[in-house]
Amino acid sequence: MDDLIVKIITRTIIPFIQVYGIFVIMHGHISPGGGFSGGAILGASLILYTLAYGYKDAAKKMPHKVSVMVESGAILWFMAIGLVGIIMGGNFLSNKAAGFYMGNLSMLFNAGLIPLVTLGIGIKVASTMVTLFHTIIEED
Amino acid sequence: MQLLNIILVVFLIVCAIAVERTKDLLGAVIIFAAYSLVMAVLWLFLRAPDIALTEAAIGAGVTTILFVGVISRTRRME
Repeated sequence: MDDLIVKIITRTIIPFIQVYGIFVIMHGHISPGGGFSGGAILGASLILYTLAYGYKDAAKKMPHKVSVMVESGAILWFMAIGLVGIIMGGNFLSNKAAGFYMGNLSMLFNAGLIPLVTLGIGIKVASTMVTLFHTIIEED
Repeated sequence: MQLLNIILVVFLIVCAIAVERTKDLLGAVIIFAAYSLVMAVLWLFLRAPDIALTEAAIGAGVTTILFVGVISRTRRME
């Protein structure tokens, strides 16, 4: 697909989609949404780039190796955060029982480990979407 | 609000039957995207906004694109 209007509109609208996705991920513990929803929105923005600019340009921006590495790294990050709960003396992914800082509800970073876990889930879901789509449409 | 709810549910059922009856797979995928969009509005009416957000992003966006990608690699007609 080689259409100037589609390319310009895509280039204009992608930052807004990504900012909204990051907003949903960061506010996952105090408002509706969370890692899965925000990660899906982030992944949809990257898929939109692939649709408008073609697989060649998208593979330059986000190569297959990098997206697979990010995907595996995010799930390792999730497991590491879970193991921190065990090390601090609780169950897997234990939060308040292990004595993390809870904060108050009006601040962005509260509720202990939940923002870090949500961040990992968001990156994982976004890179999984991109990897799936690139695997389907790439030429043999 | 009650009337809008009834209209949306009837549209949802019509969409679900049409997806199953259509022979053209690309048309079926587009009807399925409309189904997902109406389902997202219905989740919002049922006071589940996070499910609505996920349905709008996954059901109407990514699933449709993945299905179209698969159809472009295989046959279009059933």
